[in-house]
Amino acid sequence: MILTAVVIFAGGTLWTIFYSFTGSRMLPKENFVGLAQYERLWGSNKWLIAIENLAIFGVCSLIFSLVIGFVLAALLDQKIRFEDVFRTIFLYPFALSFIVTGLVWQWILNPQYGIEGVVRALGWTSFTFDPLYDADIVIIGLLIAGLWQGTGFVMCLMLAGLRGIDDDIWKAARIDGIPMWKTYLLVVIPMMRPVFITTLVIIAAGIIKVYDLVVALTSGGPGIASQVPAMYVYTNMFQAQNLGQGLAASTMMLLSVLIVLIPWAYLEFGGRKHG
Amino acid sequence: MAESTVGALPTAVATDPHGPRGARPRPVFSRRNIFLYGTLLLVAVYYALPLYVMVVTSLKGMPEIRLGNIFSPPVEVTFQPWVKAWSEACTGLNCDGLQRGFWNSVIITVPSVVISIAIASVNGYALANWRFKGANVFFTILIFGAFIPYQVLLYPMVILLRELGLYGSLWGLVLVHTIFGMPILTLLFRNYFSSIPEELFKAARVDGAGFWGIFLQIMVPMSLPIFVVAMILQITGIWNDFLFGVIYTKPANYPMTVQLNNIVNSVQGVKEYNVNMAATILTGLVPLIVYFASGKLFVRGIAAGAVKG
Repeated sequence: MILTAVVIFAGGTLWTIFYSFTGSRMLPKENFVGLAQYERLWGSNKWLIAIENLAIFGVCSLIFSLVIGFVLAALLDQKIRFEDVFRTIFLYPFALSFIVTGLVWQWILNPQYGIEGVVRALGWTSFTFDPLYDADIVIIGLLIAGLWQGTGFVMCLMLAGLRGIDDDIWKAARIDGIPMWKTYLLVVIPMMRPVFITTLVIIAAGIIKVYDLVVALTSGGPGIASQVPAMYVYTNMFQAQNLGQGLAASTMMLLSVLIVLIPWAYLEFGGRKHG
Repeated sequence: MAESTVGALPTAVATDPHGPRGARPRPVFSRRNIFLYGTLLLVAVYYALPLYVMVVTSLKGMPEIRLGNIFSPPVEVTFQPWVKAWSEACTGLNCDGLQRGFWNSVIITVPSVVISIAIASVNGYALANWRFKGANVFFTILIFGAFIPYQVLLYPMVILLRELGLYGSLWGLVLVHTIFGMPILTLLFRNYFSSIPEELFKAARVDGAGFWGIFLQIMVPMSLPIFVVAMILQITGIWNDFLFGVIYTKPANYPMTVQLNNIVNSVQGVKEYNVNMAATILTGLVPLIVYFASGKLFVRGIAAGAVKG
């Protein structure tokens, strides 16, 4: 049991890092080339676009999903009627796969029949919104679909956090005459810091791996405009027979996850040992 | 923080002894309520719209789609696209529809869910209640394994499956899902089992129950909810998987998601949007049913799997 975990997770990772320093093409080979794969990687236009996309997509979806998720959770927390109905509607996309999400939005954003076509048919004939076919705004298409799928999940985590806040805090704030928005901003959000941090780590780790959504929505296009690192890894490993390059790219992905993860793990688990 | 505000309470109340008590009653159509429900309704429409568009499109004929608008309900309802998606749609040379992918997904999902939960529950139990050598190292590796990008392990898994002679087969994919599901599930079970009072465990030991006796007779019957949560997590996760399906199986064994993507995103032939949407709903149906049937447990599942993971 322990052995399997060690061999597969730790061993597999070390294997990948090890062979990313080789010139393996179709099959793994031990011909060391030092850092050549990494130099090639960072010289590759496709990889740079992938990284840039990931950065924009990542920062935007982090901010939007946290803000929207929190606002929705706060609205649902106002002791409203039909809370269950609303929550069910907000969360159902999360049960669907990225493939289904991508394909639905591909259809809705279809320039001929989708939103653009509908608005034009209403009379605004110069209306243009075709993110899936315009390299400059293709990220917006990805964001719309990605946020639709994942925000309900963030909302649920936030709602759980809000429900954990003691009612006395609210009573005290009301008696002191602090307006509600100010209580949220100055009291509740700082109190929910652990929830925010955990959510942040989960979303960030998920964003770095994003793959299916892009495959279904744009297949990386138009051209290479919506490439992401996971796609670069897949193409090099299994299609272009460029194994070493794929391994180097996946090692970079691992590194980026670790940069997110290690400070969090230190806060979460390191503190507990001493405390 | 909490203490100081609570401490402020009595004095604040004392300054206003005759004021009205309790929350102020609110009129139903206050400005606040209109804003609140308005916003929620608007957002709900945005979230529900894609599902609506999917259903509506899948019930229209192609001529109607070409003429009409994607949001309008069908004039003539037809179930032909559903039939076609299920039994006639083509991927490459195969023209037997999505049913092949559906059954592949069933054959992959059922054993993966059962095996991964069986192993992970024992792992979690061992981690929570039995201190063994290297438990901390194991725990660290699990956390690492839960967050690591799968891309790092893709190729080593190919080698492993090739060595075992399972590469391309459905059982190979079952093995992959079992392994990759292990970290998060083990953590889930560990957290749950740790919350069961230790006295129960100690009492059972005093009574002479062993490792398996305690697990099967005390732990499992007490933790049925967490088993349901784990099942929800695994069924939706494995059913929705795309990456592993595409890498570790050959075309005849592709799970439903991969086949769906191949049908919809194929470049040959005329695009039949109604068939595509029918196929998309069919693929999303299983997780949707799990979601709507499980209700609050689903929420608990993702919250437990995520927050404590």
